[in-house]
Amino acid sequence: MTATPKGRRRFEPTMAAADSPTLSEIPTRDRSSCLAVVPAYNEEATVGDVVRALRAKAPQLDVVVIDDGSTDATAARAEEAGADVLRVPFNLGIGGAVQAGFKHADEHGYEFMVQVDGDGQHDPGEISKLFAAAAESGGADMICGTRFATETGYIAPISRRTGIHLFAFLLSRLLRQPVTDPTSGFRLYNRRAISVFARDYPHDYPEVEAVLMLHHHRLTMREVPVRMFQRGGGVSSITGSGKSFYYMVKVLLALFVGLGRRRAVPEPGESAAVAAEHGI
Amino acid sequence: MDTRLQIVAITGAVGLLLLVLELVRRRALMERYALLWLLSSLVIFALAAWKDALKVLAESLGIVAAPNALFFVAVAFILLLLLHFSAAMSRLTDQSKVLAQRQALLERRIRELERERVHDHELEPLLRSHLPSGR
Repeated sequence: MTATPKGRRRFEPTMAAADSPTLSEIPTRDRSSCLAVVPAYNEEATVGDVVRALRAKAPQLDVVVIDDGSTDATAARAEEAGADVLRVPFNLGIGGAVQAGFKHADEHGYEFMVQVDGDGQHDPGEISKLFAAAAESGGADMICGTRFATETGYIAPISRRTGIHLFAFLLSRLLRQPVTDPTSGFRLYNRRAISVFARDYPHDYPEVEAVLMLHHHRLTMREVPVRMFQRGGGVSSITGSGKSFYYMVKVLLALFVGLGRRRAVPEPGESAAVAAEHGI
Repeated sequence: MDTRLQIVAITGAVGLLLLVLELVRRRALMERYALLWLLSSLVIFALAAWKDALKVLAESLGIVAAPNALFFVAVAFILLLLLHFSAAMSRLTDQSKVLAQRQALLERRIRELERERVHDHELEPLLRSHLPSGR
């Protein structure tokens, strides 16, 4: 066991062996200390394979699929494959869907949560790398799988690459640490990150803003290179030049305004992030 | 265009811009809805600050007095915003309907579960008292 920084509850290094641990080495003292959250919107072609791969390659994880108001058989495919399914009543967008996963993890007291896309672009076999990086980093609150830190064979469309590199550049400056792939949704969160994001998570296209939010909470993130696949099927939530443009502008605005927010989540005694005021 | 009007228009546009940004910062306004407001204030600001562009726009639209073109653009944006809000409101109405229906169905299921439990609880002592004891 390595020493944890004083004054703050951190990732527990005892959860994984310090030298190149694999997921199977993580003690299964209670099987439900890690949760895999799979957001899926109309991913019936791939979600079943993702769940089966998770159960085969990371059997310690509980798997919950967030069916984000799909109009196809996503929920049925996920259930057949053996996942727990959380069906939200209508399409919330990726941010709302993933936050439902954070709330589920928070409510059930999971120590770790892994986010794996339902479209099959993330390889569940690489989850052990996320856990290994968490153990090595000595207490990072979020581990992001990145496509760019080394050659991983992934080539994103040019329109997306520009945006990704722009956000990567901005976040690297803001966090004063290298950030290469801030749009990656292949992430491992610890207890602190889970409880922060369960309370407050960006609405649409949340990944970039979430990195900044974490930084504002003085939590830390690390990246680890992982292999990713091209999308297996379904349609990306960011398609068409109009949407890409909206994505860029929205995230830039969120980053810019986010800088002016001292605290991303209200502390006890402050007004709530979502307040029901009389009238509407 | 009169300089006084220009000053008023620029001040108004900048004020709107800052107000929108502050509302987003306080989380009173989501980025999604702020973007159209930001666009409006930027365009009004540009037209107020850059007189030649306004003049060209006025001429191309057949507007005699250039300041009227500024008001024309402002009104056009207001209409666009209203339409945007009507669309957003329609979506929200639909979503709250879905939520209410889901809530009602869940409530019924919970009541059913509760009834079953109460039933079991009532039945058990009843059965026990009616069964001949000591056998």
